[in-house]
Amino acid sequence: MATEETDHEDGVQAIDPDDVDTEDILGSAIERREDPALVSGEAEYTDDIQKPEMTHMAMVRSQYAHAEIEEVDTSAAEEMDGVVAVYTAEDLDVPGNLPVGWLLDSLEQVNHPILASDRVRYQGDAVAIVVAEERYQAHDAADAVDVEYERLDAVAHPGEALDDDAPVIHEEVGSNQAFDWEIGDQEATERAFEEAETTVSLDLHNQLLIPNAIEPRATVADYHPRTDELELDMTSQNPHVHRLLMSGVIDHPEHKLSIRAPEVGGGFGSKIHHYADEALTALAAKDLERPVKWTATRTETYITDAQGRGHETTGEMALDEDGNITGLRVHTEANMGAYLSTFAPSIPTYLYATLLSGQYEIPTIYCTVEGAFTNVPPVDAYRGAGRPEASYVVERLVRQAAREVDMDPAEFRRRNFVPGDGFPYETPVAMAYDSGDYQKTLDRAKEMLDYEEFRERQEQAREDGRYLGVGLSAYIEACGIAPSELVGELGAQAGLWESSVVRFQPSGTVTVYVGTSGHGQGHDTTYAQIVADKLGVDYDDIEVEEGDTDEIPQGMGTYGSRSAAVGGGAIVESAEKVIEKGRKIAAHQLEADPEDVEFENGEYQVAGAPDRSMTIQDVAGASYLAHDIPDDMEPGLEATSFFDPENFVFPFGMHAAIVEVDPDTGEIEFEEYVAVDDVGNQINPKIVEGQIHGGIAQGIGQALYESAEYDDNAQLTTGSMQDYAVPKSSHIPEIKTASTVTESPHNPLGVKGVGEAGTIAAPQAVVNAVVDALEPFGVEDIEMPLTNERVWRAIHENGGGD
Amino acid sequence: MYPAQFEYEKAGSVSDAIDALSSNPEAELIAGGHSLLPTMKSGLADPDMLVDIGDVDELHGIDHGDGSTRIGAMVRYADVADDDTLREEAEVFAETAHQIGDFQVRNRGTVGGNIAHADPASDLPGAVLAADATMHVAGPDGERTVDADDFFHGMYATDVGEDELLTAVEVPHEGTAGAYAKKPNPASGYALVGVAVRLTMDGDTVTDARIGANGVMDHGTRLPDAEDAIEGTSLSADSIEAASDAAGSTLDEYMVMEDQQASAEFRLQLLGAYTERALAQAGERAGVL
Ligand SMILES: Cc1cc2nc3c(=O)[nH]c(=O)nc-3n(C[C@H](O)[C@H](O)[C@H](O)COP(=O)(O)OP(=O)(O)OC[C@H]3O[C@@H](n4cnc5c(N)ncnc54)[C@H](O)[C@@H]3O)c2cc1C
Repeated sequence: MATEETDHEDGVQAIDPDDVDTEDILGSAIERREDPALVSGEAEYTDDIQKPEMTHMAMVRSQYAHAEIEEVDTSAAEEMDGVVAVYTAEDLDVPGNLPVGWLLDSLEQVNHPILASDRVRYQGDAVAIVVAEERYQAHDAADAVDVEYERLDAVAHPGEALDDDAPVIHEEVGSNQAFDWEIGDQEATERAFEEAETTVSLDLHNQLLIPNAIEPRATVADYHPRTDELELDMTSQNPHVHRLLMSGVIDHPEHKLSIRAPEVGGGFGSKIHHYADEALTALAAKDLERPVKWTATRTETYITDAQGRGHETTGEMALDEDGNITGLRVHTEANMGAYLSTFAPSIPTYLYATLLSGQYEIPTIYCTVEGAFTNVPPVDAYRGAGRPEASYVVERLVRQAAREVDMDPAEFRRRNFVPGDGFPYETPVAMAYDSGDYQKTLDRAKEMLDYEEFRERQEQAREDGRYLGVGLSAYIEACGIAPSELVGELGAQAGLWESSVVRFQPSGTVTVYVGTSGHGQGHDTTYAQIVADKLGVDYDDIEVEEGDTDEIPQGMGTYGSRSAAVGGGAIVESAEKVIEKGRKIAAHQLEADPEDVEFENGEYQVAGAPDRSMTIQDVAGASYLAHDIPDDMEPGLEATSFFDPENFVFPFGMHAAIVEVDPDTGEIEFEEYVAVDDVGNQINPKIVEGQIHGGIAQGIGQALYESAEYDDNAQLTTGSMQDYAVPKSSHIPEIKTASTVTESPHNPLGVKGVGEAGTIAAPQAVVNAVVDALEPFGVEDIEMPLTNERVWRAIHENGGGD
Repeated sequence: MYPAQFEYEKAGSVSDAIDALSSNPEAELIAGGHSLLPTMKSGLADPDMLVDIGDVDELHGIDHGDGSTRIGAMVRYADVADDDTLREEAEVFAETAHQIGDFQVRNRGTVGGNIAHADPASDLPGAVLAADATMHVAGPDGERTVDADDFFHGMYATDVGEDELLTAVEVPHEGTAGAYAKKPNPASGYALVGVAVRLTMDGDTVTDARIGANGVMDHGTRLPDAEDAIEGTSLSADSIEAASDAAGSTLDEYMVMEDQQASAEFRLQLLGAYTERALAQAGERAGVL
């Protein structure tokens, strides 16, 4: 498969869609149509929704990370002005147990009640809810609920939680081990290590992160007793999944439950999962027969949104005398938090260890993962979800291995890459890579950095007492999360297809309904581009609808960089069905054989007879008029598809950073950051660039700034924006982007996926650069986030700096 | 989180504000609200009543006098940072105001609120010390003035009494050049360490140096050893290095601030590096380096 290159070193220029012809719209960098409403405040988020008679809910949360609940006294709260109701676990008459949607053989499924009744297991675990006329009244009354606790020892780190003498969090399990899982060939891997010329080993910590979507989670629930319908507006990345799960949790029939995601201000994974809060809002509305609104405060966001990463890993690489990788052995202890969140078991297992081959031909890999219950909030998918952790392990080990065999890290990678003609490539960890050309992205990145020249500059600078370094990150990810059958074999309790409806209105405009649920990605723009291209209909005549269980037949939502690959695939299939039906109508009206009717640029034309033609809009009109359509045909022009691809897609690329480290202060300055990404065909290069930029910012956040830190009592000590360093624009360097295009064969658009690429790639590019800069001091590893103090200590402890 | 309930009153004059404070010991002044509201929201403060001094005319305005400039307590940082005359009169003060927070913070936060709040990680205390400013304080017994060196007592503690308020800061027109070198906390943007410098030069020779540091001790602090080291020397990379090495020497390491971002030991390391940067910049601005 051919790989094309594009270059955006100076940034992609956005284009006004009015200046683009319909034939050219797919692939053009048009401005996002959703932005005017988002930047002007017109967009409606969940908390903007007002309903008559609406009440407000506030949560009573445990301030302790681990405690027995002795008594909950709600009497004072109940007496307070404006209080409508106070509920504890006893007052709830529903199953109220949050389910796990991904199972592993050894998984300990524990009860995850929506309100704790006997024990709280993390700071923020909910004990009671208060509903009041006003939001302030609800919060004041929540403060007045008196809970007596008997405190228990707590543990925040997976390694400590797995120790024999650790406090046990779920007594029915007997230990804190949530699962014990393995992949790969243990015997072959042991042999590779025995036979290795040399080996390297690193203890790597991939810290817990807090997703921090700009919009906190929120729900407005409205119950209609006459029809028994329960309507929810909520911050959801996947309304249909939430509806299915919630119908069980609150025992309300799925067809009487509707969930709509209004504008959603980011999620990064944190709005995939089914939390207690949303279910409690629904239950309160149903019980009170009045609308109820709950909006998390930023503080609640910090202590209750599912967190990400949280791995403690030992990684080892075996090498032969020529610098070829001969084996990889990895053991990871993964923090699962206090309970198992919706898709939690899959993240440190199938979404992690299956990517441990990276871009390399590694003959044998063996990985074991132990999941640990701890007293932190549940840990689940966060942008990248498992794949950043894998890429970090591989790329840090590769850097260390190159040093061990005294080879330039670029050359070491080149030597070990899966070759361009080696695809599809079967890894030893159950993946079949679709397509790729890894050498090309490396070459491009080297060229952009002027790599050879940099090495000379670096040498010179060291002589002058300045420490420059370059870090490479050759990442790969599996995304477009789909093939239902495959994920089913791996333990998913859901299919991961996507559905769409493409519907013409009689006047010739089009609405496309898709089961994904965008929350900032720009789907309104990109999906309309796809439809405009397929149907030859003007971009402005296409409306995109997402995120509503009443409007959209079914859907699995937006996460795992799946929307373009899977949702886009579903759109193309529906559009093609519409075109085929239209062809029969056109043929009938033009008195031709359907096989002789060609469709191009929105026109049906009888082959060889240019004057016998009809636009697809006219065909749509005719289909609804139904006065003159084929006898055996139903009126109307619309089609539904469920698209289930054969495989994941595998975007890849090379990110590289050049940094300078100040040995006196540990400060890190970026000189360059280049990103060469291959995300397959690009529907909209401006949106691709935006996703890459944002992803890199989040990755740099992990590398240098962010960390959920817990004290000995498992209390979060970075629980606000004052203490948890979300990177600011001034922390992020100019980013130069370029791309290569290797089509994915597994979906009709040939797209891969771009939402997570930057976040997966960036951390190890930065850490490798810092480690490279500090090579003269013998520094081999620094734990993320690379705070100035950690960097300074690493230098200092090796005798450098002031 | 949501603050507890409180009453709200708008003061029309300084004496109004003093009356309100005297009659209710649980009342608090609110100026820009950029420190007070976050502490109320996190539950660390729950005043019964807020007395808003935003509309008190006497507290607004920058008056450029002959030997000094009087900056009203309600003046926003942005107005200080944008005042070119003040930059010539008291460079270290204007420069520091420019480095506080971000646009939003500079448009809301007030000079009086910053100094009266005396957060150890705030930026203005160091500038007040380096600029040798005089604080004007009003209370039930009338007006008084306090020298910078006597003003800061400890963490969130100043010479301003319970029923007093800071009305203005008076900054003398002294010194040849000023600079502020700040290491922002990557999360909050406050000073992990910030060093404010005012140098008075006679040719290449430093005749007077005042150096104030933020973020290091429980309140803004002068660095006398660094000042002594640089005074009387002809300003050079070497003399600056010697002064920076001396920066933390008399500070009691046990009293040095410590948090998630930086241990006491590392803060002292940063103090040296940032003293060096501030002195070098002041030297450059004085046209010496
Ligand atoms: C996101 C963010 C970032 C920030 N970054 C920085 C930074 O980088 N550097 C920095 O220095 N600060 C920073 N701040 C704090 C900001 O500068 C505050 O504005 C300042 O500390 C207090 O000033 P204020 O006018 O907002 O006072 P308020 O918050 O209104 O009041 C603070 C306290 O001072 C008292 N007070 C106010 N005025 C007077 C007066 N005239 N007399 C007596 N007492 C008074 C109040 O009663 C209260 O106790 C930041 C704040 C935020 C929210």
